[in-house]
Amino acid sequence: MTPPLLAIGRDPLALDGIAAAVAASTGTDASTSSGQAPDGRDGAVVTFLGLVRNHNLGRSVRYLEYEAYEPMALKAFERIASEIGARWPSARLALHHRIGKLLVGEASIAIATRSPHRGDAYAACRYAIERVKQIAPIWKHEFFDGGEVWIEGATANPDDQQARAEAERIACA
Amino acid sequence: MRVTVRLFARLRDITGASELARDVAPGATIGDVWRQLAGEFPELASYERSLSSAINADYARMDQVIGDGDEIAFLPPVSGG
Repeated sequence: MTPPLLAIGRDPLALDGIAAAVAASTGTDASTSSGQAPDGRDGAVVTFLGLVRNHNLGRSVRYLEYEAYEPMALKAFERIASEIGARWPSARLALHHRIGKLLVGEASIAIATRSPHRGDAYAACRYAIERVKQIAPIWKHEFFDGGEVWIEGATANPDDQQARAEAERIACA
Repeated sequence: MRVTVRLFARLRDITGASELARDVAPGATIGDVWRQLAGEFPELASYERSLSSAINADYARMDQVIGDGDEIAFLPPVSGG
């Protein structure tokens, strides 16, 4: 069975899973998958794994617990796919996020993009991770030597055009 | 009217509940629900400026009017990835 293009769940993530998901994606929309074999037009696949680090802001991290508002997180991923479809029409996206307890070294997010040329695949992949950090309703609870803390990053607002432009600027840098 | 309130991350820790049921007046907004909760749990007040909110798993502004049976969510700043 082909893995879904967009997913959030407790199963471990790995590069082969996300690569298989994006390899099976066809169609004109970044989030569309028909499960058919690739048509040969794409010359690039870029993959990204985000891993749990053993240090953060001077703290020795023991593990993270990820929490999400799952149905809304999936909608955020769909929105990101749609934004990528608008900005890089030939790029396709697969994005899986893990929740629950993750040990140091485990992957919390896996992203794969493909496109006819490498530039768009690299840019779309970077854009996807930047947008996840901006608008996906997901939270890290960090457990470190001596305590625990909820990590609070961006105030999520998908309509904030300045944030979106910043993600695009980073993606195309 | 009765709504379900979903709370996440530190907001859940502060209230001690991931889900609460609350009665609200017809015509109430998300902001009204938030102010009611912040009255019950004063520690929430520090999130007033950094909060996001949603109705039925879609982002929504604090001035949006809610309906009977809606699921309201309050989201502290996010940290996925």
